[in-house]
Amino acid sequence: MNYDVEKQNIINKIKEVTTLQQLNEVRLYYVGKNGLISNLRSNIKNIPNEEKKEYGIKVNELSNCFEENYNIKKEELETLEVDKQLQKDKIDLTMPSYSFSSGSSHILEKVIEELEEFYISMGYDVVEGPEVEKDLYNFEMLNLPKGHPARDAQDTFYIKGDEWLLRSQTSPVQVRTMLENKDKTPIRIICPGKTYRRDYDDATHSHQFMQMEGLVVSKDISLSDLKGTMNLTAKKLFGEKVETRFRPSYYPFTEPSVEFDVSCFKCDGKGCNVCKNTGWITIGGAGVVHPNVLDMSGYDHNKYQGFAFGFGIERITMVKYGINDIRTFYTNDLRVTNAFNQREGE
Amino acid sequence: MKISTNWINDFVDIKDLDKKEVADLITNAGVNVEQVTSCNLNNLVIGEIESVTPHSDSDHLNVCMVNVGKETLQIVCGASNVRKGLKVIVALCGAILPGNFEIKQRDVRGVSSNGMICALFELGLEEKTTETYNKGIYELPMDAPVGMDPIKYLGLDDTVYELDLNPNRNDCLSHLGFAYEVGTVLSLPVKKPTFEINCLKDSIKNHFSLDIATENCKLFLSRMVTGVKVKESPNFIKQRLEAAGMRSINNVVDISNYVMLLYGQPLHFYDKDKLGDNITVRMATNNEEVVTLDNQKRVLNDTDIVVTNKKEVVSIAGVMGCLNTEVESSTTNILVESAIFNPYNLRYTSIRLGLRSEASLRSEKQLNYEYTYEAINYACYLLEKYADGKVLEDIVNYDVIDKKDKICTVSIDKINRVLGIKVPKEDIDKILQRLGFSYQFENDIYTVTIPNRRMDVSSLCEDLIEEIGRIYGYDKLENTLPVEPIKVGSYKKTTKFRKDTSKEMRKLGLNEVKTYTLVSCEESKMLSDEDAISLLLPMSNDKAYVRQSLIPSLLKVYDYNKAHGVEDINIYEISNIYHNDEQYSEETLLSVLMSGKYLANSWLNNSVNADFYLLKGLLMQYLNYMGYSDRVSLEVKTPKYDILHPYVYADVLVDKERIGFISKINPKNYNEVYVMELSLTVLMKKKSKRLKYEEVSKYPDIVKDVAFVVAKEITCEDILKVIKMNGGKLLKDVKVFDLYEGEHVESGKKSIAYSLTFNSVERTLLDSEIDVLFRNIIEKVKNKFDAEIRDR
Repeated sequence: MNYDVEKQNIINKIKEVTTLQQLNEVRLYYVGKNGLISNLRSNIKNIPNEEKKEYGIKVNELSNCFEENYNIKKEELETLEVDKQLQKDKIDLTMPSYSFSSGSSHILEKVIEELEEFYISMGYDVVEGPEVEKDLYNFEMLNLPKGHPARDAQDTFYIKGDEWLLRSQTSPVQVRTMLENKDKTPIRIICPGKTYRRDYDDATHSHQFMQMEGLVVSKDISLSDLKGTMNLTAKKLFGEKVETRFRPSYYPFTEPSVEFDVSCFKCDGKGCNVCKNTGWITIGGAGVVHPNVLDMSGYDHNKYQGFAFGFGIERITMVKYGINDIRTFYTNDLRVTNAFNQREGE
Repeated sequence: MKISTNWINDFVDIKDLDKKEVADLITNAGVNVEQVTSCNLNNLVIGEIESVTPHSDSDHLNVCMVNVGKETLQIVCGASNVRKGLKVIVALCGAILPGNFEIKQRDVRGVSSNGMICALFELGLEEKTTETYNKGIYELPMDAPVGMDPIKYLGLDDTVYELDLNPNRNDCLSHLGFAYEVGTVLSLPVKKPTFEINCLKDSIKNHFSLDIATENCKLFLSRMVTGVKVKESPNFIKQRLEAAGMRSINNVVDISNYVMLLYGQPLHFYDKDKLGDNITVRMATNNEEVVTLDNQKRVLNDTDIVVTNKKEVVSIAGVMGCLNTEVESSTTNILVESAIFNPYNLRYTSIRLGLRSEASLRSEKQLNYEYTYEAINYACYLLEKYADGKVLEDIVNYDVIDKKDKICTVSIDKINRVLGIKVPKEDIDKILQRLGFSYQFENDIYTVTIPNRRMDVSSLCEDLIEEIGRIYGYDKLENTLPVEPIKVGSYKKTTKFRKDTSKEMRKLGLNEVKTYTLVSCEESKMLSDEDAISLLLPMSNDKAYVRQSLIPSLLKVYDYNKAHGVEDINIYEISNIYHNDEQYSEETLLSVLMSGKYLANSWLNNSVNADFYLLKGLLMQYLNYMGYSDRVSLEVKTPKYDILHPYVYADVLVDKERIGFISKINPKNYNEVYVMELSLTVLMKKKSKRLKYEEVSKYPDIVKDVAFVVAKEITCEDILKVIKMNGGKLLKDVKVFDLYEGEHVESGKKSIAYSLTFNSVERTLLDSEIDVLFRNIIEKVKNKFDAEIRDR
């Protein structure tokens, strides 16, 4: 027997194999019960002793050659077989997924929470008050006695006589907070909430809207402190670049009173449709708390000074996101809500 | 308020200043000039028509030679009143007339025309009507200087400011008051009108007496003018009234308006002959009827102040005069009234009667008594000068005005502490001078006398500090922050609870909505049997009541979205509602509406749809999260309201107290809509569980399954309770894994299968002990519910 030829036969035979079954047939042919190599092994007893050693070596070589090639082929075919199984799992990964509806907050709530987070970080407490309010807190204790001409500007929904009303501003929470604070210690609060005025609903008016009020009362709180605070607020809302401007204004419960504008964040003050070509956007009203208001709430105006500010949440939100109809907030179109279900980008 | 800057120029010299820049300065100092409008016509010139020749190719056109000073132009004109020698307004080539109409050289039927001779309506200075059209080209007076700008010549080169005034600055409801503001802002002197009346030797006192029978009149002045001729007003009065937004009627009416616009003091003119010889001011009686100047019958009540001649009411004080004493073209004798009434009464009267006018706008604010005097005299002066009147001597007056000076004291330190900056003393001095406030300075303290024209500045030093601050300029404020001890800010208790609730709702995939508090009567009754709070004067029927449930509002949101193609609607709202009790007590509600898909896939058939058990799961998860696990139960009931499904309704109880309900909207109204409403106010009063670590058992569970066949009416929870009661400490968990009715189960019965998990944290349980426990549980359920065990 020519062992070298036989080796080559083994190599060729295994090479031709394409399935594990064929490979098994080859295995049986060589190392099965009556396999070629098995027979050669058992034939050693018929080999003369002096040739036995060399015969053994040759047969072993042949056997090794088979094992080696067989194992390589087997692994190769098994890998192919597994892959064939895995291929069956192949799906069109581009088919549509499940759509998650992760809940979204209302757009106004997003802005409110952004502001709350900011003020809480500066030590303000978030306080709330009732929407069905007494005339006493909504007007009288804010230095707006009955018949005061400034009551004209905010025509109010009254409920019973002239005693109860739907609050026309969040400012009564200021009064309530000062009255409740028995020790008359310093105050730092914001109060977000719903307010109501007799306006016909259109693109820029709403009979119901949200305000956020702020009040700081302590020893030496000045108009400059208010300006610094509003300046930071504006930067938080509209970006680091914006500047703040105060214009003299009038509120019965503050003196001096101001309106505050921010430089237009869209055009950097050059003039565009957001700022109506003025370069400035009015955001809210503020001022130094009127001494009468402090006194009526039990804070001696000779000892205490404070500032108060307020802004319309709808107004800020409309400016910030370019929304031009205030009714958008109250129709609750879920397509709009969902479009805002995203964290703010950088 | 509209301001003629030409008129202002009588008092402060701003002739040569840029009116837009002036407006900006004034706005920045606090009086908001909302709009600045000027007559913007250029390339107009006064011309004289030297010759008129008919156009050879037209029956109505004329070819005119017009001298415009520097040159003589050939212009074709179609107006019927064109004639030689007329002084006219010529629009030169390059002029742009209203409507963006540019004048160019052009050929009119073969004849060159180099401009246009204008009518006033073509310049936008008159309305275009048949009447103004028929007047033809405007004929200037014969002495009009050729070559001059006709707009300037006519006094139409006015710039008008439209003010948006804050309610405290009524001093600027007058030209004189605004002139002082301009003077202050620009640091310019203000000169008041000066005039002299040549009185008759006769005194008004011989013809007239006055009685004031109410405390609501503090000042009433009357003067008399005789021999008045009612005619057209002089041009300057017409132009100024028009600039200020009022129409010219005749010289007498115009004078009363002119003086009002100047001083801010409304006047009233009576026909003296119709009036008689007495005025008595009193309160009206209830249901007293009068006919006002607009020929309307008005019914008065006892809060209205009236001026009477003893016999009848001759005017509703400060609001409107009556027809019986109206000044007509035949009037010759006039009684002039200038008065101050209680502004609050006037305000209520004018609002109630719907009579808001330029006069009521002013008389319902605080008026300066000095101007009450000046105004009546100035009106008499004008009647003398422009209505040929003769003024009688003396004023018949009633005057109980408190004339004490308003004194304000303030220290430099206080000014600086309020503003938060250091304003130099020289600047404060200058500002007070500019304001025209006289002052003394001693020991670091200013003592300032506030002039009466500034009714808005009280003796409170904060008012004065505002004046100083706004004139000094708020741009000089610094950006400082309050220097305060560091403090942790937080949500107060109820707010925190609401915020946590809201967050959990969103985590569970619900979208937050915000809806209106005010609802219709029908909506207010949909889910409440309490009388809702109603508005005193609702603006519309659909917003007349304060709601007591949020679900009607959520259904509206559902409707809106459905109508806009949104199918999957999973929403919540947290809002306050108010009860109609003594103190209008507040309750915070959480309401949820679910409909459509909760988790959606457009092509795999296994989306999760909103149904009762999904909403219930959400409810349970929410209450677990809030710390109320194992304290929640549902009590199946029949709902009180038609809008809810009569057989899919349960009260939600925590610690056996009702906190709300969970239900399905009645299918006759809505298809597959599930709702729940919880009272957070009730819930948050209950103590919630604090977080605590509990060790997880190291020992294996023993799980036992059992299926009971019971009558249909027996609820899952009934059985569960018995299982739990008998399971003891070792029973860790019970799950329902099957509910079956049908074949192999007797009709009227159901099979319900539970899987019980036993465990101990201390040791491995023995099968034998659990078998005993398990069999005991089964026996108890069997006995209690007449149940059978179903073999599987």
